[in-house]
Amino acid sequence: MSDLKFGTEEPTAEEKTAIDELLSEIGPAEIKLDERFVVGGRTRVKDRRRLLLPALHELQNASGWISPGGLNYACKVLGIPPAEAYGVATFYHLFSHESPEAKDLIHVCDDVACRLVGAETLIKDLKDSGYKVKPSPCLGQCERAPSVLIQRTNKKDLTAVAESNNSLTAVNVEQVLTSETVTPQMTVPQKGSEALSLLSRVGVVDPESIEGYIKLNGYDALKKALTIGPDKVIEEVTTSKLSGRGGAAFPTGVKWRAVADQVGRPRHLVCNADESEPGTFKDRTIMEGDPFAVIEAMTIAGFSIGAEQGWLYLRGEYPVAAERLENAITEARKKGFLGENIAGTEFNFDIHLYKGAGAYICGEETALFNSIEGFRGEPRNKPPFPTTHGLFGEPTAINNVETLVNVLSILTLGGEKYAMQGTGNSTGTRLFCLSGRVVNPGVYEHPFGITLREVIEAAGGVTNSKKIKAILLGGAAGSFVTSNYLDLPMTLEDTREAGVSLGSGVVMVFDESDDLPDTVRRIAQFFRDESCGQCVPCRVGTVRQEEVLARFTRNTPFDTDEELLEDLSTVMKDASICGLGHTASGAVLSAINLGLLERTL
Amino acid sequence: MNEIPVGAPRSQIEVQIDGKQVKAVEGATILNICQKEGIDTPTLCWAENLTPVNVCRVCVVEVEGSRTLVPSCSRPAEDGMVISTDSDRVRKSRKLVFELLDSSVEMDRSTAEVKEWMEHYEVDSSRMGSKNEIATVAQPPKIQDSLYVRDYERCILCYKCVEACGEDAQHTFAIATAGRGFDAHISTEFDVSLPDSACVYCGNCIGVCPTGALVFKTEHDMREEGTWDEETQEVTTTVCSFCGVGCNLELHVQDEKIVKVTSPADHSVTSGHLCIKGRFGWQHVQS
Repeated sequence: MSDLKFGTEEPTAEEKTAIDELLSEIGPAEIKLDERFVVGGRTRVKDRRRLLLPALHELQNASGWISPGGLNYACKVLGIPPAEAYGVATFYHLFSHESPEAKDLIHVCDDVACRLVGAETLIKDLKDSGYKVKPSPCLGQCERAPSVLIQRTNKKDLTAVAESNNSLTAVNVEQVLTSETVTPQMTVPQKGSEALSLLSRVGVVDPESIEGYIKLNGYDALKKALTIGPDKVIEEVTTSKLSGRGGAAFPTGVKWRAVADQVGRPRHLVCNADESEPGTFKDRTIMEGDPFAVIEAMTIAGFSIGAEQGWLYLRGEYPVAAERLENAITEARKKGFLGENIAGTEFNFDIHLYKGAGAYICGEETALFNSIEGFRGEPRNKPPFPTTHGLFGEPTAINNVETLVNVLSILTLGGEKYAMQGTGNSTGTRLFCLSGRVVNPGVYEHPFGITLREVIEAAGGVTNSKKIKAILLGGAAGSFVTSNYLDLPMTLEDTREAGVSLGSGVVMVFDESDDLPDTVRRIAQFFRDESCGQCVPCRVGTVRQEEVLARFTRNTPFDTDEELLEDLSTVMKDASICGLGHTASGAVLSAINLGLLERTL
Repeated sequence: MNEIPVGAPRSQIEVQIDGKQVKAVEGATILNICQKEGIDTPTLCWAENLTPVNVCRVCVVEVEGSRTLVPSCSRPAEDGMVISTDSDRVRKSRKLVFELLDSSVEMDRSTAEVKEWMEHYEVDSSRMGSKNEIATVAQPPKIQDSLYVRDYERCILCYKCVEACGEDAQHTFAIATAGRGFDAHISTEFDVSLPDSACVYCGNCIGVCPTGALVFKTEHDMREEGTWDEETQEVTTTVCSFCGVGCNLELHVQDEKIVKVTSPADHSVTSGHLCIKGRFGWQHVQS
């Protein structure tokens, strides 16, 4: 490639093998010496760029870091400028940029739920035992906090979580590392209940067996979809009034119709499984417990919008879900439910599984597209919207895991019957992620309209019958409420009217003994750490916000700090590019308004 | 280069901007209209010779019906849009965005127009705390060669240099944004020194930097010595004599010495961009 300059460092044998295997089907980029990169070369190698993120994963796993030699080699065979690839690699938490001191790197979640139950002690103990430890934002295991993700060299990643009522100790982590076989128990307290729809198979079916899935009505919905045709599927979804479960509650039928009506091809279906909102673990529960449902729902969505390519973007911190989804995709291909001529029809559809690498922002839809495409996970300005300019600039429907899985019961029941569950415009059931001070934390499925009190009572109520000090509703991007809100019906309309949000279904309970100022500061730190850094209001605003909160927790605020927080909030909401900046101050401001920052010393 | 190039016929649209009905060509951005109407709009990451990246957010305006403010530099105007460029909301955002930058970056060597905007919006970042108590991008300058200096404590991360080094001009791709969040910064791969990187020393990054983070070594040295004096500098426009392309050069001369070289952004040949010879090869003039 005549126009690109690469370094002189060489890859290790492991790194070279890993990259060569990744490229085994297409071979290295070959550009003739006289072909100028800017004109012909770049266009021709453009489609390789999307292999950058998988290549970085391979390098990280091969040698425990993104080494100059490894990156250089990946850049050569992919035709990517090294500076750009370095920029992408340094964007993600899960890629290291220094030669590793140990083969295993233990990411310990010290986010809101885990820090309530001894995350900081665990970090200290693990360090004292000689492990290489990195504090992590929410790992999505809040119902069995504290939790860790063990990132290993040349081996698969592992998770370790607290079992039943015992806290996770350094000894437990060591056991997981030695035994290498950990299949965390499913935490679905309602397991097997007749009333369940989204969770009906979770904890019941063997997540690795397609036969088991088919026996429990698996692939009935796809067969029905293939019979009634794409337009009728969208019609049923529209009739069902299904709305997005990722946080924004956009009507799914409208989104699908808009993509199906596009002239442009190819079109894409993206499943957003980058579940990273602190306190959220519902999608993980589905993907680990009923992975075929996700694959089937994606296939139906792809069919209805006219897409032949599905992209499942899974957060990198979910190794168990990754393994089960990979298996589900392979099994579905074998059974003819993915690939060409699905179930004997003319419909072709296949799914690419992409693993994120530790970046909350990649759950933002346009950042997710950039991440798949091999660029930094920076959100794009909207408009244009994904329906017209999505993945690779092509028409795209992107839906959250929970949203997609709803489509199965919509097709089985029919849109109208589905819409009879829940309330007027909040139809169907909703997954709630109960964590913090509740007796039985876990994922719960309830029809819309249930009150907050009932949600908490269904989880056994508050631990040790203590008084509720606050509830974090909707995640870090949501807001705090007090017990005054316990009778609030959990619907889109009621929560909107109350000025709060269901967000991703987080219900995290704090009791009177909890250190709320510390929790709120941790939330501010989360946004500071997770801002992509692209736009000024969010890049610097989240830092200034965290600094104010740190002053509050030290009891040394400036006189003007509350006003500064409000100004920051206004401007982050008004002038940031994406939802991260828009919501970064929500929980913080609600905590101040409820007086939760006042220390009860 | 604000004219829209002649191509397929475009329809005309009409928008209301600050209470005035204005006609525009379909595809024009809100900023294009502001500039045509003489509405002074601050911009940091926008330049007429680069693709808009809409990251600095100082050009935001209020558009009726839009939940948030919109970046005027990249948002195409639509027929019937009602736009306010000087509402309280707009002023508040612009002011605070400048203050956030001012609190974290050294803005003292910014271009004259940036300083004027900061004055206009009465920028005062003192309430965020003094710079030794809060996070800033303070760091020593990178001086790795005799041509230019990268003084990243003056970098507002406007992405202009990355664009000029990449697809918008030079196609060298020597630098990119690395890191994330407040730690995001402009870097070569693994932060290798510029001579070891893909850099070809065209200096087009210097040409687009609005805050003095990328400067000629001559300018950096003179500023450090306290001898840099823009007011006494004369700018002579000439044509580069190195090859037959015909690039316009603007020679900035202080005390009868060339201290920096630029090219006009609206010049049809260069669009403001030069090569190493035009940008740095003036020593023979003075020997």
